Amino acid sequence: MAPELLTVTIDGVPVQVAKGTAMIEAAKMAGIVVPHYCYHPSLPSPAVCRMCLVQVEKMPKLVPACVTPVADGQVIHVHSPEAIKAREGVLEFLLINHPLDCPICDQAGECELQDFVFQGGRANSRYTEPKRYNPVEDFGPDILYVANRCILCTRCVRFMESVAEEPVLNVSERGDRAFIGIDESQRLDHPWAGNVVDLCPVGSLISKDFLHKARAWDLDGTPSVCTGCTQGCNITVDTRDDVVVRLRPRPNLDVNRHFICDTGRADYRWMNRGDRVEAPLVRDGDKLRATDWDNALQRLAVLVGASDDPVVLLSGGRNSCESLGWVAKLAGDRPLTAAMRVPIGETAPIGAIPDLALRAERAANLEGARLLGLAGDWNAAIAEAGRASLVIVLDVELSDEEAATIAGAPQLVHFATVADPRLTNAVVVAAVTSIVESQGVLVNRDRRAQRVLPARPAPGMARPAWWVAAEAWAQAGDGRSAPATADEALRSLAPFASLSNAELGLTGRVLGAPVAEAVS
Amino acid sequence: MSSHSAEVHAPVFVGATLAKLEALYPKYPTRMALLLPALWMVQEERGWVSDGAIHEVAEKLELTPAYIRGVITFYTMYHTHPVGRHFIQVCTTSPCNICGAEAVARALLEHTGCGELGATSPDGRFTVMEVECLGACGFTTPMLIDDDFIEGVTVESVPALLARYP
Amino acid sequence: MGYPHPIHPKETPVLSTHFGDAGARTFDGWTSRGGYVALKKALTMTPEQIVDEVKASGLRGRGGAGFPTGLKWSFMPKEDGKVHYLCCNADESEPGTFKDREIIRWTPHALIEGCAIGALAIRAEVAYIYIRGEYTEPCTILQRAVDEAYAAGALGANAFGSGKRLEVIVHRGAGAYICGEETALMNSLEGRRGNPRIKPPFPAVAGLFGLPTTINNVETLAAVPHILNRGAAWYAGLMLGNPKSTGTKLISVCGHVQRPGTYEITLGLPMKELIFDACGGMLPGRTLKAVIPGGSSVPIMTPEEVETCVTDYEGIAAAGSLLGSGGMIVMDDTTDMVYQIMRLARFYAHESCAQCTNCREGTGWTTRILERIVRGEGKPSDLDLLMDLAENMTGKTICVLSDSCATPVVSGIQKFRSEFEAYLSGARAPVLVGV
Repeated sequence: MAPELLTVTIDGVPVQVAKGTAMIEAAKMAGIVVPHYCYHPSLPSPAVCRMCLVQVEKMPKLVPACVTPVADGQVIHVHSPEAIKAREGVLEFLLINHPLDCPICDQAGECELQDFVFQGGRANSRYTEPKRYNPVEDFGPDILYVANRCILCTRCVRFMESVAEEPVLNVSERGDRAFIGIDESQRLDHPWAGNVVDLCPVGSLISKDFLHKARAWDLDGTPSVCTGCTQGCNITVDTRDDVVVRLRPRPNLDVNRHFICDTGRADYRWMNRGDRVEAPLVRDGDKLRATDWDNALQRLAVLVGASDDPVVLLSGGRNSCESLGWVAKLAGDRPLTAAMRVPIGETAPIGAIPDLALRAERAANLEGARLLGLAGDWNAAIAEAGRASLVIVLDVELSDEEAATIAGAPQLVHFATVADPRLTNAVVVAAVTSIVESQGVLVNRDRRAQRVLPARPAPGMARPAWWVAAEAWAQAGDGRSAPATADEALRSLAPFASLSNAELGLTGRVLGAPVAEAVS
Repeated sequence: MSSHSAEVHAPVFVGATLAKLEALYPKYPTRMALLLPALWMVQEERGWVSDGAIHEVAEKLELTPAYIRGVITFYTMYHTHPVGRHFIQVCTTSPCNICGAEAVARALLEHTGCGELGATSPDGRFTVMEVECLGACGFTTPMLIDDDFIEGVTVESVPALLARYP
Repeated sequence: MGYPHPIHPKETPVLSTHFGDAGARTFDGWTSRGGYVALKKALTMTPEQIVDEVKASGLRGRGGAGFPTGLKWSFMPKEDGKVHYLCCNADESEPGTFKDREIIRWTPHALIEGCAIGALAIRAEVAYIYIRGEYTEPCTILQRAVDEAYAAGALGANAFGSGKRLEVIVHRGAGAYICGEETALMNSLEGRRGNPRIKPPFPAVAGLFGLPTTINNVETLAAVPHILNRGAAWYAGLMLGNPKSTGTKLISVCGHVQRPGTYEITLGLPMKELIFDACGGMLPGRTLKAVIPGGSSVPIMTPEEVETCVTDYEGIAAAGSLLGSGGMIVMDDTTDMVYQIMRLARFYAHESCAQCTNCREGTGWTTRILERIVRGEGKPSDLDLLMDLAENMTGKTICVLSDSCATPVVSGIQKFRSEFEAYLSGARAPVLVGV
């Protein structure tokens, strides 16, 4: 049954919203931000910051927009003089004990206190009394608590209590002596604890890993997907001068709400590796020699050309569907054994949110590989590789034993981000981009196809694996033409024929689900 | 927060005290509701609520130590540090204030040897705290010595009063 | 009676009849003084009959808000199949208020009886009495009385053989003024920080442990047995002023009067008669300067305002203040108003629960400004600043603690501005703040 719709007017903008919608969410639909601190859509609302007080006609007092549901016909003013004055008052109160240390605060530039004070705060302070002082505390492996900056919004306490379900944080003391406390026998080390850093609207809870690494305004954020496991949490990759310095969650209510786990959050150093293969390499006697793409593609085309001998494809979990599909096409009609390496780790659920966890299968695109029929048994594929006439290795880390087995094959093509000197039989090493350097689609465990956008430029001459494979494929046969874009490359693969960039958007689409659902 | 965590904690909730706590279980639909009563029992037994006691209560009531610490620090009557043998709470809120409560408080500091509010006298006998309204505003100045509610304290009556608490 | 003083002719002793009479504390003593007749009667009545009787009496909440008690009870759901709770608010902590303490100390069974009747009225079987932690002696007396009532069969699984279950449980607080706010009280009882809750949901819908709950003040509940015994008409007839203010009210008078104590008056008694006749007026050689009539959270009254004021809900409101809890603080001409307003602000800063920004920061800031003024470091702009902060602290928070801090500051500056200015100009010597 469709929800009952109510009509309200917010700052002159009429909107229709479902019954039960809080004013703050209704305002969002009207394109109006109601400034707030304690409210967060993924947490219970305590209505304590008092920033979101709005004026409602025919109501005697200002009301907190975060906990007040709209009523039909209501006329709400977010920017009436009374509401503005109230907000200005709250901001002044929040600032009296807040240090003016924005120049050394990591949050500066992405600080909600800074932003709202800039928008609607007083130009100068009327506070001349001493400020409260509390020392910085070490809360956990990656989290510092800078008490002086804390505005007691309690998002962190509520996250640990209601979402992580491990209440190690508290509000201690009363009045303006209050602070966020942690029991001295406990640590803020829950596998999802890092989210409190993102939830903190000011620079009070900060990441040690990111400490003083970059200013917010120097960062470029790129929508992406975490490759740590099969959950497929949506993330933003923050780069500074093309170096990835931080991963943070990007909201996707159907996948990860507003959160990512600490394992995923920390999983970015590989993106900045300095030992990348920057040019295609071809075998010249007992040496691999750098060459240009024309030459490399020719060698590749010849290698995969007409033959009936079996091929083995070994891939890593971070490869996109485009790359998996097109590299597999190189096998043509030859018998193909394909497998994806799936490292297994510990599962770490977040607590209160069903279907959200760090998954045991640490291969982001395992489901994509399955859809493409490229996720056979890994050990069998390795064994097969020792006998196959051609082995294709697609950006995957191998154990010494595996490498030794594979190196016994007559010929090997390595689509590599990093060279592997153990693979002495490599005939062509194609310098390929990593998942954060090119557009691609990953499919998570719930068959949600999600796009990753390039967050940093490819090193040297590296190209996406799908491009390399497609160009070689085109050269290997008559009348073939390679796709020009990642989008084309994707849609030319059967399981994804109906997908388009527009449908995928930035939050993806569940394969097989009607298109309309993907819009939400 | 506390420097006493290294001390070995001898359980409070054994024998009669445990029975007292368990007798309360049926009176409340949740275990959490027993937190204030349980902390009172700890304080009655030990004079203060140590880290070890917090962990013990946490286990008994299925709460986290951090949660309990948040609650304890909300209320002024639980001691998270040891206090003097006799704990004095003197009211200095306005109704008593206008009738000379601050002078009584000063007299208490002087005659106990505590010197300052919140400090324990060198002989470990007294700790004096200023508290907000004790709810006996018609009987200035009221104070609590341990659990004894004493009304009408004056600067003059302080020495004799203290003598009753060796 | 004007405990600890003898009954004054201007008083109407009902609840206070046995104050000072230790014999009334025991179950037998209370029964021999007419106690538990009302409860036995209530056990034969339907909840609606009890509610109607209390409605007709005009009894209003004696804790401060003055909300009609019968009406409040009628908000409780009827056939919801849920457990209901009654909470008795015995967290008397409003500076100037010490009336409930005398009820609990001298007539604990009156309160237990009131709780039991209240529970019947709202279809509850369990009543919790939340008593402030500092009330050590009253708590001991109350617990003893409760134990006696169980032993005598007045409480328990089969109250007075009626087949009805009635439980009264004494729950001790631990030092937090805000727990006198009804939703904070419920949180505290549940074992949480005493943070006030957002309303709605109102307690009658989702209160203690998430179930329908009514919270009544000690004095309110203690009045109920008398209403059942003597009839709603009798109670409603006790009225000297406005017909909306019926019955007797305990007024605890403190400060600079000859005879501070807890007085029981018929609502509508001129305030002047209470202060100058019943309480004996000012100390020798002193004159009246100010009265805070309803606990420290209400506006301060001047002698001129007191002069014509009638002591009931409407009368004090008409004079610009509130009857509140009936905790009356009387101040004579020796009082340093600025210092005392600072002291009140400090009280609220100490007691703020820390949830709402305006209260957490506003009470502390207000206090620091007032302390600075008293120290002789005030600035001419401070008074305007205090008034503006007071506006930012009023009507903007979950509960009214923030408003309560602002109220004496605003009325103090409005009515005693010259005292503030004396500090600001240096005409008045600075004072050392605190002990």
